[in-house]
Amino acid sequence: MTSFVLAFVVGGLICVLAQLTLDLGTNLTPAHVMVLFVVLGAVASGLGLYEPLIEFAGAGASVPLPAFGHALVKGMLKGAAEKGLSGLLAGGLTGTALGLTVAILAGLAMALVARPKG
Amino acid sequence: MTTKKNGQTIGFSNPPAVLGAAAVVGPKEGAGPLAGWFDVVKADRLLGMKSWEQAETKMVEEAVNLALAKAKVRHQDVDFFLGGDLLNQIVATSFAARTLDVPFFGLYGACATVAEALALAAVLVDGGFAVNVALASSSHHDTAERQYRFPAEFGIQRPVTAQWTATAVGAAVVGPHGKGKVQVTHVTVGRVVDYGQKDPMDLGAAMAPAAADTIARHFEDTGRDPEAYDLILSGDLAAVGHPLCAELLERKGLRLDSRFVDCGLMLYDDTQEPVAGASGCGCSASVFAGYLFKNLEQGRFKRVLLVPTGALHSPTSCQQGESIPCVAHAVVLERSG
Repeated sequence: MTSFVLAFVVGGLICVLAQLTLDLGTNLTPAHVMVLFVVLGAVASGLGLYEPLIEFAGAGASVPLPAFGHALVKGMLKGAAEKGLSGLLAGGLTGTALGLTVAILAGLAMALVARPKG
Repeated sequence: MTTKKNGQTIGFSNPPAVLGAAAVVGPKEGAGPLAGWFDVVKADRLLGMKSWEQAETKMVEEAVNLALAKAKVRHQDVDFFLGGDLLNQIVATSFAARTLDVPFFGLYGACATVAEALALAAVLVDGGFAVNVALASSSHHDTAERQYRFPAEFGIQRPVTAQWTATAVGAAVVGPHGKGKVQVTHVTVGRVVDYGQKDPMDLGAAMAPAAADTIARHFEDTGRDPEAYDLILSGDLAAVGHPLCAELLERKGLRLDSRFVDCGLMLYDDTQEPVAGASGCGCSASVFAGYLFKNLEQGRFKRVLLVPTGALHSPTSCQQGESIPCVAHAVVLERSG
């Protein structure tokens, strides 16, 4: 039960932060805020802060967008350790391949089902 | 007697008449405070078509055909069709012109298009170049969202300053002086005004200076006071831009008081979550063709000043960091007799 509460609180706080950035930031579009939070996740990951946050809050930290930045950095560091420069360059996409592929396939599936017009 | 131009204002000595007008709107507009004034309310925004764009074109065709029927003007007696919308290459109107099969001038004045069309139609008729001129101005919520903002399915959050693009078309037929009760007596052609506002989610604030400039010009050119009008309607300044415009006018010594209203604040009520209010080419066009024209025809208003406002940016110009230039044109509509 505690893990649910922790996930809810931490995930919710990340969303509150994003909402405040959107509402209080001048001329920031939702796209700006999304990119900003990916970058924040990457920076936090580089500083060694994001992995402990995921261990603490579980899905509360692994589902919101900063986790994508974290996955990018993790993939790059792993690639660099294994293959050097080429691993560094390829590792980001390798590390996020699952999330990206699922997003693309889910988008395709929904487009077939919902026939979007917009 | 000849037509006179003074400053930015043309005064017609033999004012052309608006022979008929029709407003076709979407379901949200048809559920708003002006519902009873619209000729056709669509049950959905797609109209059974394959795309939003096809739906918008269909609404333009329907509005123009209805306006022609009400004006008792046959297709073959239409000299010109003037119109525009918000889409790239104004396709909604151009595609409608394809089926209307009359000589066509495509216009782009963003949400001020209906005033541009009324002004040019009146000039064509008064100049003797045309007997009957049909005009239309349209917007569709979903086509405009994709064009200017984000895909509708994305479900983007809107800041409180954002406006809701109306799904609406206003069409009218302008004909010879004396043929109808509602006349176009003056038009004041606006200058493009830019105070450096760059936020495309706050167009009301960007357009307010253009509206104030044209309204002040109009009173200067005609020598009239605001009291000369029963109603002064700005186009789609909405909750942010309308008070700003009133403030700018007050600084110029013009107090319009309660006769100064805004089409963008009339189309929806607060429960419909329009954020700051309505916008779009069809906003002022449908308020004109529905509410305004009928009230003038029935004699409830004697003389009104319609000042549609348009933001002349493109998504690309905003992404390149350009500010938003805006324009407003004023049209005097008067009931004769």
